[in-house]
Amino acid sequence: MSRVNNPVVNIQGVYKSYQRGSQTLSVLEDISFEIERGEFLALMGPSGSGKSTLLNLIAGIDKVDRGSIVINGVDIVSLEESALAGWRSAHVGFIFQFYNLIPVLTAFENVELPLLLTSLTRRERREHAEAALSLVSLEDRVEHYPSELSGGQQQRVAIARAIVTDPTILVADEPTGDLDRVSAGEILDLMGRLNSEFGKTIIMVTHDPRAAERAGIIRYLEKGAMVDVHP
Amino acid sequence: MYILKIVLRNVLRHRLRTGLTILGITIAILAFGMLRTIVGLWYLGVENSAATRLITRNAISLVFSLPISYYERIRQVSGVKTVSYGNWFGGIYIDEKHFFANEAIEPKSFLELYPEFVLPDEQKSAFILDRKGCIVGRKLASRYGWKTGDLITLRGTIFPGQWEFVLRGIFTGAEKNTEERVLLFHWDYLNETLKKTVPRRADQVGFYVVGVTRPELAAQVSQDVDRTFKNSLAETLTETEKAFHLGFIAMTEAILVVIQIVSYLVIVIIMAVVANTMAMTARERIGEYAVFKSMGFRSRHIAGMIFGESLLICLIGCTFGILLTFPVGSLFGDLLGNYLPSFEIRRSTIYLDIGFAFLVGIVAGIFPAVRASRIRIAEGLRRIG
Repeated sequence: MSRVNNPVVNIQGVYKSYQRGSQTLSVLEDISFEIERGEFLALMGPSGSGKSTLLNLIAGIDKVDRGSIVINGVDIVSLEESALAGWRSAHVGFIFQFYNLIPVLTAFENVELPLLLTSLTRRERREHAEAALSLVSLEDRVEHYPSELSGGQQQRVAIARAIVTDPTILVADEPTGDLDRVSAGEILDLMGRLNSEFGKTIIMVTHDPRAAERAGIIRYLEKGAMVDVHP
Repeated sequence: MYILKIVLRNVLRHRLRTGLTILGITIAILAFGMLRTIVGLWYLGVENSAATRLITRNAISLVFSLPISYYERIRQVSGVKTVSYGNWFGGIYIDEKHFFANEAIEPKSFLELYPEFVLPDEQKSAFILDRKGCIVGRKLASRYGWKTGDLITLRGTIFPGQWEFVLRGIFTGAEKNTEERVLLFHWDYLNETLKKTVPRRADQVGFYVVGVTRPELAAQVSQDVDRTFKNSLAETLTETEKAFHLGFIAMTEAILVVIQIVSYLVIVIIMAVVANTMAMTARERIGEYAVFKSMGFRSRHIAGMIFGESLLICLIGCTFGILLTFPVGSLFGDLLGNYLPSFEIRRSTIYLDIGFAFLVGIVAGIFPAVRASRIRIAEGLRRIG
């Protein structure tokens, strides 16, 4: 697989700050880098370094102060809120630390949820959702509610939900942060498979060096800036 | 469809909270329905008024009388078909607690003008022929177990003395709302007695009931009657029966306004309760809404879920409230049948119930929906965990 001059994510001169009362806190300063298609990137750094903020900006759920973020040829910084929502539904799959499944929906319904925003028929939606659940080995848990599943199983449902629309990028914020070691290993194995077998571009924020080792590339953030070497 | 499924499941998520909110709405709708029905009872006389009936009374006040000699002159006014007359008697049966309306009337013309008092022909004839005879409404007869031929004694207040009447007929109302708790007797009986006891009060009537040939003549006839007696010792005021009843309602308007205010307050209070429930619900689910938005769901989807839940809760409560309104209304009717003409739940009350349920559902959902729609995704996601 060629990984040269095929960036799916192109970030140039990104600045981000937050207002805390009368104070302006700079979170990201002049961030520039590229992510190649099919890459598995781990973003590491101490708490408050800005890695989750950077992930949010890439996923289009937060706005930059300055700079550009081009994903698959689309400058998402210039998109209006409504267009950005449409773009997210088609191009981004989210994996959260706390799974964030909808508790009143079954595993199947949770996975089917993002497909409601597509033009797929009910039958097609069912096929897609079943395929995604099968990929995460949960075809026997389709009718279970999140409360009836273990943490690891819930995260696998969340992964199925993230990949069901076949998004351009998968963003994962501490995907193993709430799991025991065995479950975390299974989740990382699964993400590794998605990257190696299905060519999914994955951007993962983690504190866990063992999780980061699964990624092909590790980038470090410190005090809102990219650093070349882990301090 | 999917949103509806989520709405339905969200409604059942906190069953105790939802159940209590629905109970509150049910009670509010029930209370509103009862209060509206009571307000409606006030206007029953107005609604039962005939467009072809006018009431002529003393222009100064209803407590002042008019000479019986006006009868012939009113009859001669163009457009007048029938004239009857009477006096509010104000007699007491047993004691003050057993209040019911009783009036001295000219029987033949009065029953002609009020065909809604339905009386069998033989009872009607018996009443007209017997000067000491009286007729009572079905509910009144039922209240005291009266039968035709019974002797009824009233203690006069406006016209002192013990007044005895022989019950000659029991009338039923042609309409459901027709007054059936009234006693009517011969004006001649009253007048003849007064001639003997208080001659200066004889040959006086409290009111004339004027039947016009066509409703559109009512205004002209009213003017003509009043013009006839202008500058006399007892000037008249003639108005439609409806206006006459509205005049009575105006006297008790303060009570009516208070009941109406209370009925709307009930709605405002339940609106605050539902709004609080929805605000709590939305606050708890901010993280979920952020997840929905992260997947590409728009603010309108989030607002739809909140409004849907709010409306569903209100409509369930409203349905229970309406379903309870009828048996409770019926119970009220049975308990207070002797005091109230008819405790009938009107269709307009049900429409108002439904309308207010929608209003409460929408208003209660506005603040949480706006808040949830405006929440930034990153901010919402931070609330989880």
